[in-house]
Amino acid sequence: MSELNTALEHPTYNYKVVRQFAVMTVVWGIVGMMVGVLIAAQLAWPALNFDQPWLHFGRLRPLHTNAVIFAFGGSALFATSYYIVQRTCQVRLISDRLAAFTFWGWQLVIVAAAITLPMGITTSKEYAELEWPIDILITIVWVVYAVVFFGTIVKRKTSHIYVANWFLGAYILAVALLHIINSMEIPVDMTKSYSVYAGTVDAMVQWWYGHNAVGFFLTAGFLGMMYYFVPKQADRPVYSYRLSIVHFWALVAVYIWAGPHHLHYTALPDWAQSLGMVMSIILLAPSWGGMINGMMTLSGAWDKLRTDPILRFLVVSLSFYGMSTFEGPMMAIRTVNALSHYTDWTIGHVHSGALGWVAMISIGSIYHLIPILFAKPRMYSVSLINTHFWMATIGTVLYIVSMWVNGILQGLMWRAYNQDGTLTYSFVEAVAASYPGYVVRFIGGAIFFSGMLVMAYNVYMTSRRDVEPKAIPATANAA
Amino acid sequence: MDINDLRGLSTAFLMFAFIGLCFWAYSKKRKKSFDEAANLPFADEEMNQRTLQEEEKND
Repeated sequence: MSELNTALEHPTYNYKVVRQFAVMTVVWGIVGMMVGVLIAAQLAWPALNFDQPWLHFGRLRPLHTNAVIFAFGGSALFATSYYIVQRTCQVRLISDRLAAFTFWGWQLVIVAAAITLPMGITTSKEYAELEWPIDILITIVWVVYAVVFFGTIVKRKTSHIYVANWFLGAYILAVALLHIINSMEIPVDMTKSYSVYAGTVDAMVQWWYGHNAVGFFLTAGFLGMMYYFVPKQADRPVYSYRLSIVHFWALVAVYIWAGPHHLHYTALPDWAQSLGMVMSIILLAPSWGGMINGMMTLSGAWDKLRTDPILRFLVVSLSFYGMSTFEGPMMAIRTVNALSHYTDWTIGHVHSGALGWVAMISIGSIYHLIPILFAKPRMYSVSLINTHFWMATIGTVLYIVSMWVNGILQGLMWRAYNQDGTLTYSFVEAVAASYPGYVVRFIGGAIFFSGMLVMAYNVYMTSRRDVEPKAIPATANAA
Repeated sequence: MDINDLRGLSTAFLMFAFIGLCFWAYSKKRKKSFDEAANLPFADEEMNQRTLQEEEKND
């Protein structure tokens, strides 16, 4: 009883679940990116599928996307949202048990995905490939997640709900809505189901889901991370709290309409395509509002970038965010899309967001978190964080530049006509011309992946009780 | 009056809601409470320290 009283009078945070998710972020990051590097290599050297069906590109590609988005990105979001909501509400999570359930439940979802996707069990809906029993498990875990998150906000000790929690709350609610509506399906047996939607409606629902997975899972959630960890790491409050409020409402109101830009020049009615295009262009404003707000938080403290590689990760992630949210609206314009769609340009665009923004802000946040969670003054080696930063940046740049070149090359070759109206190039000629780009992409991806191994070593050494962090070398300050 | 009037009205409503939001967010009256909110990430070091001490004890 006395223990209970102490807990009530001197509340503490639940760091256990944060620690579990933070460590699994690194583990799943390595797994997901390793599969990514393998399939990148397969596109350059197709023999690397070894004639095994479960190593086929078509089966491993969804495994890669699911692993990096939902396992790596998802674990990072769980870790940081549980951490941020506790620290800015100054209260412990509403239930340790439910939080533990979300951890083990989410890991089970990931393992189920890793088993079923290589077996070829899929709904064939992009980013929603998992079959119906796993969909149900995701729904249960997600509802419990929402209960833990919003329950914690309800019992907060502060009068204000800090802006990061608004973004995280929007991400949790929107993902629940997207997942349930897009996963409406009729099971025929344990491993096969069919969508309740048909034809064009199915395509529209799918891309309403698909683009808002980008908008709410990969953007709103990670902006929540940004609004906590950038001010925290820079040691100064966010540049404009007012802008953050306008930014929030504008972003959530506009994102939901942008999906149709995935279906330009298809059977989708023209008015819906135009709506998607216009809304995507408008989206530039709230996106850049968020980027500017994050960047300007450093105004007057830019010198910190010279000495702090964690802050460098966070700020460079914002530059990539700004870049890809400029590129996205541009690609959503129908005439630009006529060139870019179905080419590697799209893959490059996705990865400038995924590697540059999502992965880098997660990596920066995890580097901020790990020493706190293991009660250390700092990471084991600050200079290794710096090494990782350069590997991640160089890897990302190689990746996106090679895909830009490939994409424009493919787009131009596919649309080239002879005077008599026949195609100038056969499809396979465009494939052959893409080969150098595929090799450069593989190299960039491999460098980014190797950076994750450096991170894993650094995290492991930081977690060890018997190892003290290295002194910060004088050269790290100059780097 | 048909469905298209409703569509026009809903656009106008959203526009006014957005303008209203901007005025609300940028009003002088709210500056103090927003400054407090912006400092929330720096306001809980004590509980963080206590958590780490408790974890140390329990191990």
